[in-house]
Amino acid sequence: MNTMVTGAAAFLGRFEGLRERLPGGRTPWVAKLRAEAAESFRAQGLPGRRIEAWHYTDLGVLAQLGFTEALTLADEAPALPPARAAHRAVFVDGRFAPALSQLSAGAAPLAEALDATQGRLGALAQTLPIVALNTMLFEDGLVLDVPAGVDAGEMELLSFATHAGRAIAFHPRHLIRLGEGARLTLIDTSIGEAEATYLHNPVYEIAVAEGATLSHIRIQREGRAGFQLSTVLATVQAGGTYDNFTLNAGGRLVRNEIHVALQGPKAACHMNGAQLVAEGQHADTTTFLDHAAPDCASRQTYKTVLAGRSRGVFQGKILVRQAAQRTDGYQMNQALLLSDDAEINAKPQLEIYADDVKCSHGATVGALDEAQLFYLRARGIPADTARAMLVEAFLTEAIEGVTNPLAQEALSEAISGWWQKEAV
Amino acid sequence: MLKIENLTAEIDGKQILKGITLEVPAGEVHAIMGPNGSGKSTLSYVLSGREGYEITGGSATFNGIDLLAMEPEERAAAGVFLAFQYPVELPGVGNANFLRTALNALRRARGEAEVDAMQFLKLSRAKIKALQMSEDMLKRNVNVGFSGGEKKRNEVLQMALLEPKLAILDETDSGLDIDALKIVADGVNAMRGPDFSALVITHYQRLLDHITPDRVHVLMGGRIVKTGGPELALELEAEGYAKVAA
Repeated sequence: MNTMVTGAAAFLGRFEGLRERLPGGRTPWVAKLRAEAAESFRAQGLPGRRIEAWHYTDLGVLAQLGFTEALTLADEAPALPPARAAHRAVFVDGRFAPALSQLSAGAAPLAEALDATQGRLGALAQTLPIVALNTMLFEDGLVLDVPAGVDAGEMELLSFATHAGRAIAFHPRHLIRLGEGARLTLIDTSIGEAEATYLHNPVYEIAVAEGATLSHIRIQREGRAGFQLSTVLATVQAGGTYDNFTLNAGGRLVRNEIHVALQGPKAACHMNGAQLVAEGQHADTTTFLDHAAPDCASRQTYKTVLAGRSRGVFQGKILVRQAAQRTDGYQMNQALLLSDDAEINAKPQLEIYADDVKCSHGATVGALDEAQLFYLRARGIPADTARAMLVEAFLTEAIEGVTNPLAQEALSEAISGWWQKEAV
Repeated sequence: MLKIENLTAEIDGKQILKGITLEVPAGEVHAIMGPNGSGKSTLSYVLSGREGYEITGGSATFNGIDLLAMEPEERAAAGVFLAFQYPVELPGVGNANFLRTALNALRRARGEAEVDAMQFLKLSRAKIKALQMSEDMLKRNVNVGFSGGEKKRNEVLQMALLEPKLAILDETDSGLDIDALKIVADGVNAMRGPDFSALVITHYQRLLDHITPDRVHVLMGGRIVKTGGPELALELEAEGYAKVAA
């Protein structure tokens, strides 16, 4: 028996032990959903490197850690970063923390709102093993509805992982729906205590209706012993826009998977991100853009900076279905290697079935430019400051497209000084 | 101020500088003229500390301090400035941020108080006006999308802000039209004084119509083959390097 199956067995064993006590455990449709997910997960196990989509990210270490469920102690409120927006949904170890949150109208914790999500929860779920793991074990999450025509401004989603003294796993399920013409900027941050060993496995099911715009800013700053496997599943209808910016800066091993389907004409998607990967870290961004309707546009720019012994992965697939005529797709990923021991694996993929499309992709990998470094130093700027300036310059292009000032501020804070803190 | 003695240097095992001896006293402007491949740019890079050049012999001192033992940023702090022949583009680095970071790094190294954003703006505006540059240049990324002339003017702006004691101008005239040439020359002339020296490296005599040098040195084959007054530049222009050096 290999470790892959052992890893799956531990999670399946927890499901068997907890299934009655999980939210909706006695609700037939939820129980059925979970049981089917368990079967799917049992059949697939934790994905191993022999599966093409997981070739560069090895989850073997997860199988060895033997995570248990989180025991939420609500009476001790962790020190959270100050709120940026008027409304904030806070989850501590995956459970909604009412005392720390200020929910907007249309927002509710999943554990309470579960009954109302029949037909919606799991609607976008695919047969991905990590999503099945989440469906089998989700404890809570955010259910958010922005009604048609409403501009909901900014809202924060914050996940905080505490140091439990043992390895814990939590699997939040977030359901986000924007009605016709609605707008929202969601600033979605994951943080964790430095010593905490945990697996944060969020799944987002996002539906953007006609003409609606969701700007989803994900700031991943998990603790350095934390793991995050996240999956965003989004659909966009005619004239709608889903923008995702993901900053991958924390955690020991992190994978962000983003699946976006453009299902109506003139829908758009901008997927951008930056990965800051330091000694001992592994960061993986995997995107799948499904162009299913004509006249849609997608733009992707991902930048990865790697220092020390570290590994970065970017996999990006663009599928242009036969119906998706006049698709305009662009994808660029660039990596900056600051050490000889850093490694980047980049795999762009285009699969095109329509004949009238404009699709391009590109990739660059390089070190800091010696000529640029010398130019700065010749002006009196010390070598370390010069390197930091060039690293920030490299990342600046990635965050330039984020126009919301609160989101810009959050990202700039996360990026600035990274070199001095992590990479020296 | 600058004293170079029998300096030899090579790159990738190929000897470029074959024994250069040269002295630029405080307050003087010297020109180095020479054909392509004579070692002019190598000399400027060796003096400013670019990696990749191996010093195989000789010395270069700046006010008695061993220049060649210093890091590039230490040379800048000591007052050495290189105006690049090919100014480097820095995408993602704003020109104002770059200039202020450089100015404050030098001020820190010299034990002076740093300037804040407002003070910097005031200071840079005056210099920009003198160079007939657009204030937009401060908002753009360093040298990105600049025309050849704008890049050279940006070099002179940096020099004006950083106030070096020794400026090495490496073919600052190349790629400039006559109006820009005059502006650049005015920028250099404005800095002339008892505490400012310059080494003006050029291929052509025309820059020296506007920046009159105290001495002219002819660099050929990695050596100074002739030294004279400003009239030597005119002689070179009229008769060519081969004849003058012969």
